Amino acid sequence: MVIDISQFHDVFFEESFEGLDIMQSELLELKPGAADPDSINIIFRAVHSLKGGAGTFGFTAISELTGILESMLNDMRNGQKDITAEAVELLLESVGLLRGMLTAIKHKAPADDVLRADIQNRLTLMMAAETDDVLESDNLNDDSSAATQAVGGWEIYFKPHPHLFQTGNDPVRMLRELATLGEFSSEVLDEKLPPFSDLEPEDSYLAWQLTLKGDIPKEEVLEIFEWVDEDCDFTIQALAVEVSEPVEESMLDEPEVTELTSEAELPEQTVSNDEAVADAPLPELSLQTVDTVADGTNGKTAPTASSSIRLGPDKVNSLMDLVGELVITQSMLSQLADNFSPEMLPDLIDGLAQLERNTRDMQEGISGIRMLPIHTAFNHFPTLIKDLADKTGKKVELRLTGEQTEVDKSIMDKIGAPLALLVRNALDHGLETPNVRLASGKSETGSLEVKAFHQGGNLIIEVHDDGAGLDEQKIFSKAVEKGLLSANVELSVDKIHKLIFLPGFSTDDVLADESEHGMDVVRNNIESLNGVIDVQSTKGEGTTFTICVPLPFAIIDGQTVSVANEKYILPLVSIIETLEINETDIKHVTGKGELYTLRDKYIPIIRLYDVFNLKPVISDLADGLVVVVEARGQQIGLFIDDLLGQQQVVIKRLEDNYRKVQGLSGATVLGDGSVTLILDVAGLLALYRDPSLAMHNERAA
Amino acid sequence: MSGQPKVSNLDDLQTENECFEYFAAVDNDTEQYLHFTLADEDYAVEILRVQEIKGWKPVTSIPNSPEHICGVVNFRSKIVPIVDLRRYFEMPIKEYHPETIVIVLRVEGVSERTVGIVVDSVLGTHNVAPSSIKLSPDLGDGINTAFISGLVAVDDRMMMLLDIDRLLSIEALG
Amino acid sequence: MATILAVDDSASMRQMVSFTLKAANHDVVDAEDGLQALELAQMQSFDLVLTDVNMPVMDGLELTKKLRELESYRFTPILVLTTESGTDKKEQGRVAGATGWLVKPFNPEKLLATIKKVLD
Repeated sequence: MVIDISQFHDVFFEESFEGLDIMQSELLELKPGAADPDSINIIFRAVHSLKGGAGTFGFTAISELTGILESMLNDMRNGQKDITAEAVELLLESVGLLRGMLTAIKHKAPADDVLRADIQNRLTLMMAAETDDVLESDNLNDDSSAATQAVGGWEIYFKPHPHLFQTGNDPVRMLRELATLGEFSSEVLDEKLPPFSDLEPEDSYLAWQLTLKGDIPKEEVLEIFEWVDEDCDFTIQALAVEVSEPVEESMLDEPEVTELTSEAELPEQTVSNDEAVADAPLPELSLQTVDTVADGTNGKTAPTASSSIRLGPDKVNSLMDLVGELVITQSMLSQLADNFSPEMLPDLIDGLAQLERNTRDMQEGISGIRMLPIHTAFNHFPTLIKDLADKTGKKVELRLTGEQTEVDKSIMDKIGAPLALLVRNALDHGLETPNVRLASGKSETGSLEVKAFHQGGNLIIEVHDDGAGLDEQKIFSKAVEKGLLSANVELSVDKIHKLIFLPGFSTDDVLADESEHGMDVVRNNIESLNGVIDVQSTKGEGTTFTICVPLPFAIIDGQTVSVANEKYILPLVSIIETLEINETDIKHVTGKGELYTLRDKYIPIIRLYDVFNLKPVISDLADGLVVVVEARGQQIGLFIDDLLGQQQVVIKRLEDNYRKVQGLSGATVLGDGSVTLILDVAGLLALYRDPSLAMHNERAA
Repeated sequence: MSGQPKVSNLDDLQTENECFEYFAAVDNDTEQYLHFTLADEDYAVEILRVQEIKGWKPVTSIPNSPEHICGVVNFRSKIVPIVDLRRYFEMPIKEYHPETIVIVLRVEGVSERTVGIVVDSVLGTHNVAPSSIKLSPDLGDGINTAFISGLVAVDDRMMMLLDIDRLLSIEALG
Repeated sequence: MATILAVDDSASMRQMVSFTLKAANHDVVDAEDGLQALELAQMQSFDLVLTDVNMPVMDGLELTKKLRELESYRFTPILVLTTESGTDKKEQGRVAGATGWLVKPFNPEKLLATIKKVLD
């Protein structure tokens, strides 16, 4: 039976990422010198599982690396190896590496072999430094190859010990198995069989003299007995080869005899292949060490180079179109399937042909380009934070969420540095020292959260710390000092905060050792991606930087809604619930419109046909539905006619060929080729508050 | 649709000048224009900018957009706006039907965009030598001459060459 | 066709093992750790137990020991799935009462070939 194990890969990736998360958080907690044995155990188990899975699913590079990590952790667990800060650091780096490797495999992208070689070398060196016997035990192959010599067959004596049945083994099955290997004959030796009255039915009394003829490798025979080698008397002897050849002559002179009653000999023989495989990486690795050291420093600079893709914008665009087409074909096919009848067969055949074409185009076009999970950018944050925390004596808990959020490579390249800077700043300047925190009634450990997610067609990244907040006065006076504004200007606190993004603004207080990369550089990078960066800060409570970057394309789960004979798509993630309400549930507030009380909170009711200036079909609240949606923390009730189906859609930007339209995040092409617009909840709210946003530009004179 | 000026026989070329014009027309210097009509007026766009000529299909209307923006359609997986030129030029409006013509154009500007225009009918293509283009006088009949890059006489008719980069710029479309 | 209890804390391994066994027409019940397996084993009888060694809550060796203490599992084949090819783990498995072992990584073919050794 052939089973395609790639079908289990997704589960493997999922559990592996979970395992790595666990390892990372345990490692960050680990106190060098005084490690909690439970923690080490948890880490060990995670590595162990990863190794097992990687081996099973054929990801050899990962099983190789985890093999080294496993033995290192095993030594730590047994107290044979000290848990040094350096070791923890290296383990953390390995976690990052493993995450990168898994991601690369998952996305069928090339792996960063240089980084892997580097980390493996360092691991091996660290292991070798303390355990001298690492490089031993590699000559096991010789024995087994000797055992594979062709022979005429085997003469076997097999006498199970009385308790054999209690191991769950059954001699009859083993003999049957043996018989499948070659020409088999057996003689039962029943001299040990007691009188019937003394017979213990659960015990084994018989012995066998077995002959197995044929050119059968010895391992195959031994494998059948490998589980019982301690529960039986067993000897195996080579039979004379029937057609003798010079080479085999020598074997005839000294028939090979293996006694299996002695301890551990059988395992060693039968298992030697496995061991040879398991041990092989170590000697190999030490060779690699020599290689990389020999060719100098490029070993460390290469990773960044090898991880970049060069692609012309045309190529990228055409690939994106292909993806779009594929999704359209798919949804066309599922629409067909929904109400299929025989006369639609030609459509189905066309659709399938189209799918085939799309898939082939994709396959051809896709090589090289890819979306990456953002964690590649997050990867080194734990290490960075740990370093900085150690240096500054601050305590911090780093939380990374949405690491699997997929981001276009072009965004990834530009967002890594600004993000790292924000994270650095949060720790350097945002968070206070433990003493200060305690004094101001906060917990000793600060919290730093980096959160990535998709919203509409945008990538949002938030960097939040619960530190001291921005110092308005300092920022203001610095801005004045730099001549960026005059001292008598009155600015709101919010506006003052935003001064830090001005070109040329970088105070030593805001940016310590990174003064050459100011916030303006961060902003420039974000803006070059057509994105925006914003800051929200409350004195004493903390600071949140929010980066919002439009994705070149994004696939979202959409809910189709109908209003005034039009259809729109709402991103499913923004929907909280759907309500049926009556006019009587509504409070009319002058200047604020209609408000609805939802669990003690007033939410504005926005009639979609109103903000879009459509001729309503349903205007009585009782006849339609209110969908409670959320954007940037604000909930609104969107009044629509009805909910229709849900489906995945590719967001395409309206501004690519037209312009941005207030209240819409883009449009998508449905299976039948028609276009449906996608609602932007935040934009709708803004439109509701300021209807003048709907005004289109006056025609140029 | 004719690919050349309507000359089927060289003998038809009566004058030296006409003869010259014909050969100039097939010369590399000429540009091909797509000739279409709108409320009995003749217009033309550079053929190199035409991506496709297609029949009218229902569009998805864009909320809060000007009247002359019919809506958007899916054109080769792109979301493309469709502009009703009659409305745009404030001419009497005409109902859409499947035979209504949409010309899909490539518009250049800050970035390259694709925009469809609704016209009455397409008459064909003409080779136009730059020398035969007359700069547009003030037509004075309501059409904004800023969008007309020149005039060309073809078969006793006066074609107005549209500067689509201006005509269909985001600023102009609104 | 046999009824098999498959125990592994890794979801992908569980899926792979049970898919393979089911494809070979066996009935499979799976468990995430030794304790869960022990509870399941007491609720229904199994012809074979396949268990991972390294698991949280209760490991495979402990599970084997506990199963052997149950009257109905004294002779039931119990195979431990181990990544350790070293003799240590196998020895421990044997002491705990395991019938045999299957060294990870293994593929579906190897799994089926191995369980043939203990199933009729």
